[in-house]
Amino acid sequence: MSSATALSWFARHEIRLAWREWLAMIAGSRGKRKRAIIALIVFVAIMHLPAYAVIGRFADLQAPLGKPELIVITATIFLAWALMLSQAIESVTRVFYARADLDLIMSSPANLANVFSVRIAAIALSVIGMALLLSTPFVDVLVIGGGVRWLSSFGVVIAIGLSAAAVAIAITVALFRLIGPRRTRLVAQIVAAIIGAGFVIALQVAAILSYGTLSRFTVLTSDAASAYAPALDSPLWWPARAAIGDGMVLSWLMAGGLLLLGVVMAVFSPRFADTIVSVAATARTIRRGPRATAFRGGSRQQALRTKEFLLLRRDPWLLSQSLMQLLYLVPPALMLWRSFSESSDAIVLITPVIVMAAGQLAGGLAWLTISGEDAADLVATAPLPPSRVIRAKIEVVLLSIGAIFAPLIAALAFASVTQAIVTALGVIVATVSATAIQLWFRVQAKRSQFRRRQTSSRLATFAEAFCSIGWAATAALAVSIPIAAVISGAMTAAILAATWKISPRRG
Amino acid sequence: MQSDLSALEVRGLTKRFDRPAVDALDLTIRTGEFYALLGPNGAGKTTTLRMVAGLLRPDTGSVSILGIDALADPVAAKQIMAWVSDEPMIYDKLTPLEYLEFVAGLWGIDPMVSGPSAQQLLMSLGLEPHLHERCEGFSKGMRQKVALAGALVHDPRLIILDEPLTGLDALSARHVKGLLQDRVRAGCTVIMTTHILEVAERMADRIGVIAAGKLVAEGTLTELRQQNGRNDTSLEDVFIALVDADAAAA
Repeated sequence: MSSATALSWFARHEIRLAWREWLAMIAGSRGKRKRAIIALIVFVAIMHLPAYAVIGRFADLQAPLGKPELIVITATIFLAWALMLSQAIESVTRVFYARADLDLIMSSPANLANVFSVRIAAIALSVIGMALLLSTPFVDVLVIGGGVRWLSSFGVVIAIGLSAAAVAIAITVALFRLIGPRRTRLVAQIVAAIIGAGFVIALQVAAILSYGTLSRFTVLTSDAASAYAPALDSPLWWPARAAIGDGMVLSWLMAGGLLLLGVVMAVFSPRFADTIVSVAATARTIRRGPRATAFRGGSRQQALRTKEFLLLRRDPWLLSQSLMQLLYLVPPALMLWRSFSESSDAIVLITPVIVMAAGQLAGGLAWLTISGEDAADLVATAPLPPSRVIRAKIEVVLLSIGAIFAPLIAALAFASVTQAIVTALGVIVATVSATAIQLWFRVQAKRSQFRRRQTSSRLATFAEAFCSIGWAATAALAVSIPIAAVISGAMTAAILAATWKISPRRG
Repeated sequence: MQSDLSALEVRGLTKRFDRPAVDALDLTIRTGEFYALLGPNGAGKTTTLRMVAGLLRPDTGSVSILGIDALADPVAAKQIMAWVSDEPMIYDKLTPLEYLEFVAGLWGIDPMVSGPSAQQLLMSLGLEPHLHERCEGFSKGMRQKVALAGALVHDPRLIILDEPLTGLDALSARHVKGLLQDRVRAGCTVIMTTHILEVAERMADRIGVIAAGKLVAEGTLTELRQQNGRNDTSLEDVFIALVDADAAAA
């Protein structure tokens, strides 16, 4: 087999793997794939409505653009790039740590630099593929409203996807060199979470500090932003100009993206093998626990709770996932701090953010404690009724959520006691709802499958999300328009009841 | 050290999946006995033991563990029983000592008793240098030993093991076999499935052969040889003859 044939064969293999991983992520088991793909198409179709609401008004934009428009479009493209970068870092880390075929590849007589170049290209391809899929409703809306020139936005997505993959590989390999393979997995995941959420949060923080609002557009369209922005002919605006149909600039962007990825391939592909060997060696390194040998007493449920808390504390992956949720609490916390000095109605916005974050975090924790049991047989053969096992695990979720959100609610009580009570109730109801859904739809799994937890039941995932949003809206309305809160609460309770009705654990 | 009370009494145990996995199985195992349950792949060994351990609900039949109806009072039955599967289910993020502390806590064992016992067990299995290391870096054999120590730390009277020697090196296998024989000598009952017929031949007081969910032969090695009509054959020959005969009859 010639080198070129071998490479094209390996590229096909990589694309097939990426496709199947993506399908498994979306659909779980093979039987559900057809339905999941139909659901995905329906989802993308429905997404055209919110896409129209968000960017429909920009479809008529024509060159030359003014600074405020350029800033908004550039910021939006940068946000997309940050999200792609976050996904790409996650993909690169997975290639290093999770692929089962690395031993096979490393022991084969293939040229490793070439093989890993293909793998880098596959990462870029999967990042771009996902970005194209998610951007389709938005670009469609722009094309329908503003003409085919907006199709060049797809080109911008490809160009920024190429650069995001290149930067992700450079960051991950640099982390390997700087902090070693053992810490890289955790740090890379945290970096990915911060990059994914950081830009939005930074804008919100700027908006709060400058204008006392959570709206990001307030900052982007402000005079101050225009004053600080570079001149109209700056290369910084190239992505925005390319997006509205400047073909020449788009060509430059595409060429730049390809060049960057090519350089990264040339520089880092030969080092991939060393990096992977480091990871393999790290897998055998020893991590020690405390040296205490005396066993603690306590009830059987206490033993379960202690174990769950210990596992949660030692799970770096969960830590990074939790961080993602908690990052969104930074703006409301800041808002809260601001409200001590200045009276502002905007403080009402804190309540739904806290309630939603609690619901989402509770869903993840509930999955980890209830479904993600690595020694299921051991717990099932222990001499205590299943109801007590479940109760102990639920207690862990409630205590964790309480520990995270109680300080925030206590701080809120200084600003408004009523709002603090409503927020606390919202957090409790959102937590209980998310936990109940996880309980009704529980499927025994390993904790390492956390990333794919949504594939066990798409219905549970949507129900959990809708309930979190519903309870967040209800809590916000309870503070501002109580009668509307009754309607919103009833609707959310109905969603929860319907979820229970169709759940496999009913009865 | 055998008493009249059966350690395990199974009557008419039946479980169907797509086809009958266990078919009206009757089984009696005496207290203080080392019992080996053999059978070809898919014969129903694991399904039987999972029903006994309370991990699977039978369609029909009864399970009695040292006189306790395991289906009516599973908690009491589980208190005196331990289960070890072929795939060691332990927590990667815990150390062996932490794992044993958790198991002892689940079984409600006094920490003053379980602490020293856990250390002793781990040392006897050759895990002393790894007491404070997280299990995530352990080989399959080490994980299996941790799981076994977990099963023994609450001093069960009936130990059920599904292929416990899978993945163990010769020395570790000897450690495990020695530990199990010590337990039997102390009056504990051990039921074990294995594909390593030499282990069953050397360790088991009685051997049961299961095929297509039914017990096709049972007895000491000598009795099985006699049933097969040849006194000089190995257990392997007896096993193959029994399983072949059952397959031919089916």
